[in-house]
Amino acid sequence: MRRFLLAAAGAAFVLAAAPASSRDLTIVSWGGAYQDAQREVYFRPFSQATGIRFVEDSWDGGIGVLRTRIQSGNNTWDLVQVESEELLLGCEEGLFEKLDYSRIGGRDHYLPEAVHDCGIGTILYNFVLAWDKDKFQGTPTWADFWNVERYPGKRGLRRGVKLNLEYALLADGVPANQVYDTLRTEAGVERAFRMLDRLKPHIVWWQSSAQAPQILGAGEVLMTSSPNGRITNANRTERRNFGIQWTGSLYTIDSWVIMKGSPNVESAYRFLSFASNPAVQAKLIPLIPYGGPAKGANEGLSPALLAESPTNPANLSVSLMIDDQFWLDNLDKLSQRFNAWVAR
Amino acid sequence: MAHVAAIETGKAAAALARRARRAGYGQKVSAALLVLPLLLFVLVAFAAPIGAMLKRGVEDREVAPVLPRTIGALSGWSGTALPDEPVFAALVEDLREARAAGTLPSAASRLNHDQAGLRTTLIGSARRLAAPFEGPAREAVLRADPAWGQLETWGALARARGPWTDFFLLAALDLKRDAAGTIRAVAEEQAVFRTVFGRTFWIAAMVTAITLVLAYPLAALIALSRPAVASALLFAVLLPFWTSLLVRTAAWMVLLAREGVANHALVALGLFGAPQQLLFNRFAVVVAMVHILLPFMVLPLYAVMRQIPPIHLRAASSLGAHPVSAFRRVWLPQTLPGIGAGCLMVFIQALGFYITPALLGGGADQMLPYFIGFYANQTVNWGMAASLSLLLLAATLLIVGLYGQLVGFGAVRTS
Amino acid sequence: MRGQDDTLVRFRGVEKSYDGQRYAVRHLDLDIARGEFLTLLGPSGSGKTTTLMMLAGFEQPTAGEILLDGRPIARLPPHKRGIGVVFQSYALFPHMSVAENVAFPLSVRGVARSEQARRVERALDMVRLPDLGARRPSQLSGGQQQRVALARALVFEPPLVLLDEPLGALDKQLREEMQLEIRHIHERLGVTMVYVTHDQAEALTMSDRIAVFRDGAIRQLDTPQALYERPTDAFVAGFVGENNRIAGTVAERDEDMTAIALGGGRRLWARQADAGGPGSPALLSVRPERIAVAAGSADDLGENALPATVAEVIYLGDHVRLRLALEGGVEITAKRPAAAAMAGLAPGAQVAVAWQPEHAVAFAPGD
Repeated sequence: MRRFLLAAAGAAFVLAAAPASSRDLTIVSWGGAYQDAQREVYFRPFSQATGIRFVEDSWDGGIGVLRTRIQSGNNTWDLVQVESEELLLGCEEGLFEKLDYSRIGGRDHYLPEAVHDCGIGTILYNFVLAWDKDKFQGTPTWADFWNVERYPGKRGLRRGVKLNLEYALLADGVPANQVYDTLRTEAGVERAFRMLDRLKPHIVWWQSSAQAPQILGAGEVLMTSSPNGRITNANRTERRNFGIQWTGSLYTIDSWVIMKGSPNVESAYRFLSFASNPAVQAKLIPLIPYGGPAKGANEGLSPALLAESPTNPANLSVSLMIDDQFWLDNLDKLSQRFNAWVAR
Repeated sequence: MAHVAAIETGKAAAALARRARRAGYGQKVSAALLVLPLLLFVLVAFAAPIGAMLKRGVEDREVAPVLPRTIGALSGWSGTALPDEPVFAALVEDLREARAAGTLPSAASRLNHDQAGLRTTLIGSARRLAAPFEGPAREAVLRADPAWGQLETWGALARARGPWTDFFLLAALDLKRDAAGTIRAVAEEQAVFRTVFGRTFWIAAMVTAITLVLAYPLAALIALSRPAVASALLFAVLLPFWTSLLVRTAAWMVLLAREGVANHALVALGLFGAPQQLLFNRFAVVVAMVHILLPFMVLPLYAVMRQIPPIHLRAASSLGAHPVSAFRRVWLPQTLPGIGAGCLMVFIQALGFYITPALLGGGADQMLPYFIGFYANQTVNWGMAASLSLLLLAATLLIVGLYGQLVGFGAVRTS
Repeated sequence: MRGQDDTLVRFRGVEKSYDGQRYAVRHLDLDIARGEFLTLLGPSGSGKTTTLMMLAGFEQPTAGEILLDGRPIARLPPHKRGIGVVFQSYALFPHMSVAENVAFPLSVRGVARSEQARRVERALDMVRLPDLGARRPSQLSGGQQQRVALARALVFEPPLVLLDEPLGALDKQLREEMQLEIRHIHERLGVTMVYVTHDQAEALTMSDRIAVFRDGAIRQLDTPQALYERPTDAFVAGFVGENNRIAGTVAERDEDMTAIALGGGRRLWARQADAGGPGSPALLSVRPERIAVAAGSADDLGENALPATVAEVIYLGDHVRLRLALEGGVEITAKRPAAAAMAGLAPGAQVAVAWQPEHAVAFAPGD
């Protein structure tokens, strides 16, 4: 999520006064407003409830960082929030402890997508179709997004191949559960690029996710793809009237992992157990519009918050999870093709 | 004079020459000592990191240490048929060892840069081949992943043998070697960099030309103004330096937006009936780059123009030259060093523009630095990032060299 | 109308103000004769350079008109006036060779290349730089550069050449050499030259006529000799050549002589210039070389003599300068040929000074 929502804070944010000789539990996340919210919802209440002291740090992501920490033997991190790709790679490389789910409520306590041998999901967020309700009546689909004859106007998409191929196939009528199977064939990739070709003259490419609500608000585009958080934030803080189309949105999950060989495994499990409480997870949504993956995290939410929550079953059931394995294998090749295509 | 001549003929002459040399040598040593800190700084903080970075464009050390036996066994491979059993056996051994040592991922992602899917092939095969099996290695490997039955898979392994490679450099020129080692153009739908190189230089040249046309009269105005007016104008020229490049670029986004100032003005003036798309295209990129780079053209021009005595124009017209001819034959030639210096400065900086095209341009307006950033940040392919940098640097040096040949650096005066 | 044929340039009621408040040139009437060497002489800020620049076309008069060959030239831009200009800073074009510089006025006039080469060679011969055509101006000395500038201003054979303090940047010896050279070129070519300088010696050496400027107006326009011998006011007398000034009161006037009363009951006669009537203050001016110095009492020498004390004796080889204190503390300078100087003239010596009344001039004080 770091690349899409929050810029990481620069330096480590150290909360505890002085680390004890056997060091305190070190929790590492993305920094910025997101980590501020996490501190409010998770870190401080956890510390108060258990008396366990903790230290915070933040990072920018990248499997190389974790790899270097483990290989150098100088790892000082215990709990780290990672993106799905790092979870996959790090688990293969043995950088993380395998989780004992019996200590954190069992696998059934969570949405099945959030459960992984090496990490447990902590937030779920979507890449959605967004539009300005003041300028477009109704709820557009990806097919409408591609239909510039009927709905003239520019369309915003992130400059990059990832997600856009999925949107293209969804717009072309490929059922969500067959999108990645289709993309794994040459013909499927061709089909997606042909769809993009059709839309190309009407696309405004955005680069950083902050641009998505900005070009939408400025009227540069009629609709755009965007991380759901940016849209909800714009509605909350800038009093925008943006709509979110959950159907055909793509989601991913950030997870907590325990770094291999951590001396604070005990404390880490107690934290994960504390953080697995759906009532605790529900407190994040009002601050940051990401869904908690513990079952029941949406219970008791107001209808307004429920509508904004990615893990609301009504939203989740119509979304498609990003296939990290597919993109790990194909990002190099498809990026090259995308770059060549977009440059023409 | 006679006794001087006498000294020069004898041994004394040699001694004198030696003393003179020694005195000169001493001066050179102290001069060198004075610049030594700067030299060290440049070396440590600039040259060495850049050198190390560029080296990654031709270095290939990620696969061979992980799969040493396989790479060794492949050394005599023709590339026209699948390798023999010993190579497969070596692969099995290598994969088992690498999996145990946890070194497989970096090799896997390096191979994936070459051949999509090889990452999964390598990691999956290692997992499946971890357990002992019966029979020939070849069959077991092909069972583990059918990709091992393709020549290109082995070609990718052979290409990654290291320690040096032209793989990334070729890729940066839309070329690649096939399994047999012959250089071929990549498929048309994958070819991107030649276009990007051409576009990068074209945009830089266009920006340089427009900047020159705009800056020249401005610099002349400043140079010919009274000192008070001149310093006010210079201040205005330098003002943009007070804000960051990013802020200036963002300001252009606001100005050129569909509901921005520029569109309002154009519609209000009746030039257009409805707001135009001014953003996310080549126009926006060039406008913003010209704006950002203008001071770098104005300053060298002004520095040179300030040194041309205004009386030259009077002299020329008193000698019968029409003002246009006086400008063309007397003033313009004397500003050539400034034109050269300004164009060089603007052009080279324009080649490196990243943020401005990324934020203001469309898909077909991205310049080479965008792709360098793309490979460094998004696919974490340092080899590609480095080789593109290397080629951009080489092309830039070539242009600077051509400039030196044609204009001469002695002509560049900046004060 | 023969007179008009002889007049090349005529300023009529020309005024120039840069700021609308002060005049750089106030009411100028000046005729410049064909073939004449006219010098505009004056201190800086007196309007002489402005006058030259208006003639060249770089400045526009705010009133009045300038006629060249009988035609008004107010609307004629500089490049169409066909007037050669030599600037103090030479204004040679550094990116051209000497020959290209000299050829410049020919090439902008479209003169054929072979003809250009011939005339450039002739012009460079004339300024005695025959072999330096291929050099760059920066490779020449100051004197050589000024010769090139001169050749460039002359090569297109303009009827009128303006020279704006052209020798100001040269050292004394070179300056004197160039003065003669310019003078010779003037004589040889018969071209009209208007020369601006603040150096009165230079003006005296070179000119047919000199116009002395002060505060934007001509104070006196005359031949060098007339200017020196018969200045019409104290400013001109002071500016052109060296002079001694003795203040007094007009005692008596006859036809062209004025008697000036000094303190101590002494009276000196002088030629009348612009001194007022009896009782008005006046200045008596006398050139140092006109002062005779004799041993003994002033009373023995007659009416136009004064007693003095030698304050300083400066030996200058060909002549001796004497600083003399008059009664009342006024100091004057006398210049005597070294051969004629008396032995025994030493500081402190009591002497008498005297001059012919017609060698002294009586002015109104003022400037």
